[in-house]
Amino acid sequence: MSGTAGTGGLQVLLRGGMIVDGSGEREGDVLVEGRTIIAVGTGLVHASGARVLDCAGCVVSPGFVDIHTHLREPGAEGAETVIAGSRAAALGGYTAVVAMPNTDPPADSAAVVRDVLALGEKALCQVAVAGTITVGRQGERLAPIGEMRELGVRLFTDDGRGVQDAGVMRRALEYAAGLGVTIADHCEVEELSAGGSMNEGRTSSLLGITGIPAEAEEIMVARDIALARRAGEGARLHLMHLSCAGSVSLVAAAKREGLNVSAEVTPHHIMLTEALLTGFDPVFKVSPPLRDERDVMALREGIAAGVIDAIATDHAPHPAEDKEMPLPDAPPGMIGLETALPVAIEALVKGTRPYGTENGDTCGESGSGADRGDGGGSVIAALTSDALVALLSRNPAKIAGLDVASEGRQGGVIEQGAPANIAVVDPAAEWTVEPGRMSSLSRNTGFAGRRMTGRVRHTIFEGEPVVIAGEAQR
Amino acid sequence: MSALGRHLLSIDDLGRSGIEGLLEIAASFAEVVTRDIPKVPALKGRMVATLFAESSTRTRSSFETAAKRLSADVLSLTTVASSMAKGESVKDTVRTLRAIGADALVVRHPAEGVPVQVARWTEASVVNAGDGCHEHPTQALLDCFTLQRHFGGGAGGGGGQGFLEGARVAIVGDILHSRVARSCTKAFVSLGARVTLAGPKTLLPTFAGEWPAELSCELEPVLYETDVLYLLRMQRERGAGVFVPSEREFAHLYGIDERRLGMLAGKAVIMHPGPVNRGVEMTSAVADSDRSLALDQVHNGVAVRMAVLYLLVAGGGAVGKEADGGPAIGAPGFPGADR
Repeated sequence: MSGTAGTGGLQVLLRGGMIVDGSGEREGDVLVEGRTIIAVGTGLVHASGARVLDCAGCVVSPGFVDIHTHLREPGAEGAETVIAGSRAAALGGYTAVVAMPNTDPPADSAAVVRDVLALGEKALCQVAVAGTITVGRQGERLAPIGEMRELGVRLFTDDGRGVQDAGVMRRALEYAAGLGVTIADHCEVEELSAGGSMNEGRTSSLLGITGIPAEAEEIMVARDIALARRAGEGARLHLMHLSCAGSVSLVAAAKREGLNVSAEVTPHHIMLTEALLTGFDPVFKVSPPLRDERDVMALREGIAAGVIDAIATDHAPHPAEDKEMPLPDAPPGMIGLETALPVAIEALVKGTRPYGTENGDTCGESGSGADRGDGGGSVIAALTSDALVALLSRNPAKIAGLDVASEGRQGGVIEQGAPANIAVVDPAAEWTVEPGRMSSLSRNTGFAGRRMTGRVRHTIFEGEPVVIAGEAQR
Repeated sequence: MSALGRHLLSIDDLGRSGIEGLLEIAASFAEVVTRDIPKVPALKGRMVATLFAESSTRTRSSFETAAKRLSADVLSLTTVASSMAKGESVKDTVRTLRAIGADALVVRHPAEGVPVQVARWTEASVVNAGDGCHEHPTQALLDCFTLQRHFGGGAGGGGGQGFLEGARVAIVGDILHSRVARSCTKAFVSLGARVTLAGPKTLLPTFAGEWPAELSCELEPVLYETDVLYLLRMQRERGAGVFVPSEREFAHLYGIDERRLGMLAGKAVIMHPGPVNRGVEMTSAVADSDRSLALDQVHNGVAVRMAVLYLLVAGGGAVGKEADGGPAIGAPGFPGADR
């Protein structure tokens, strides 16, 4: 096949990678022109002036899609902006993110959605917007879901809080079912989690820190599944950042039953445990909290079994001063866009024992990765590259309505005529996480000092090479 | 060698020999505080700052008295009367105190872990004077010292070593919210005691299997088997009220009155870290009985905190050298220099 027939626009040739997109792994070049892949094959000829990017030894994947990103704009531009967040995303291989609506003001109206979409027009990846379920994220009255849908919003969530009132959640699921959009819930019963800063478990017991029991999540997962069943045909429920074993079992049962339920986990919940809080460093305070090793392994098993559909970062930037507060006062969350892929490789391909387990280190501040490769704990088969691509790209694109079948441009097969949203990953690259060198405006990574395997080499967003050789181009 | 490192954040920083070493030094200081002029020049020219973000009567005054009896300068800060009331962060506050010249920071805070965080932000030595529900290590040390003086001097012999070996200690009440229980359990167990935590299930720690202690929701069977009955205050300010139907019912099930006092062995003693909710943990008659060591605890706090500040700030050796190998404080046999 040759693909030099040009329609104008910059040509980019991705030379010599292994294409992994769910339709069979194959070696080949990918030629992009304008916003489209115009040829896939070997020995492709490119127009003069084309940008040729070396992909030898790399996996060429559809661009990753993060369905859980806090871009903090409007309202907390010191922590992150749409542009800075999109740059971090591009460096992590993402060609689309879904901006969470818990901004100030929240995205609970067409006006705010329109603003964020406009900010995203100059971003280094597609910026889709999630709308809130309820006005002001107060959990009382439904937000104008239909009006926001007209602007392309497909995912609705009060993330940061769960919808506490079961009656409100029932109406939300039913109303959204009628409109063909998805309700995504942050599952946390506040009566059980109030005042908590970490998992309720052995570490919280010894440290005297008020815990958040797993049941705070499991009860709401169970409730939401029951309400989705009641809402009937068309109801689509997505469960965000699941953190514990009980939730995995509940989702597995719901899927066996045939309900339209999907679930995500974060990179940190499959690699870090509660024991990292022993040093009282609020960087490890996240919501839901880091759990114990048993939960971490259950999440990994849930991924391997297909119960968990997607990895989503819950990228939650916070300025340093906020993470230097006393633990109960510090806001929860850690950044994740630039480390999601290597953390997923560590947990799911290499099967490294979670950081903060008994034989591993628990300080978290000068992590050395010393507990890598001892084989302790993990008996889960290593994920294939294609399974990773499904978790990072194909499945999340579908959940967020950004896939080709939903008239979106993400997560598809790499073939002639397809949108040119591509991540090129060097799966063997070794590097160390240095917070000061990250692109996010915030530094609150839980992986500072950790050795990572696997790094994004190039990212192509709508035909534009926004990341080349690990460097953002704008 | 010093019994302590740079900070005292948790009883974990000590271990058995560390605790025993510290108690020996405290005994020397206990002698000092009985003198006509109860003061030594050990920390002359050094500055101890107390930073209390939570109310306190005995701990703060005890630390400040201890520092003054060591001749240290004392700088005393509370949340209300400092720029923390204007929103200055803990980090900026402690860096300011260090810039002024504080050699040691004594920190109390309602949030667990703040002294641990503070230790990452300052060159000064940090003493945890109680952080939320986490730890209160000097309370545990003064309790050990009090028990050593009570039990160890006579029968135990040998300088009081092993005074808690095999002793049966029951800690009763609101364990869940108690930093005292967390520090005391570790300290008592490392000195050889067997500890039972007793209270309503809702106020016993979750995941208590991690604790080196027995648990009981029934008080009276425990009382017959107890040498040291350690009562804890109901932490009303931490919301303990909703964990039991009422304080009346708590007192009915777990409060110590004269009838329950009679179930204790003849030599058993009662301890309480204060302040007491009279009529809840114990009746006034019990609180004021000669079985209670509560005021001894407060009294001994000064000598124990002198030992802690001395070890942290003077390093447990530097001061002795000043006096040409002899003890700078002038206490015969003071063990500071050669440990």
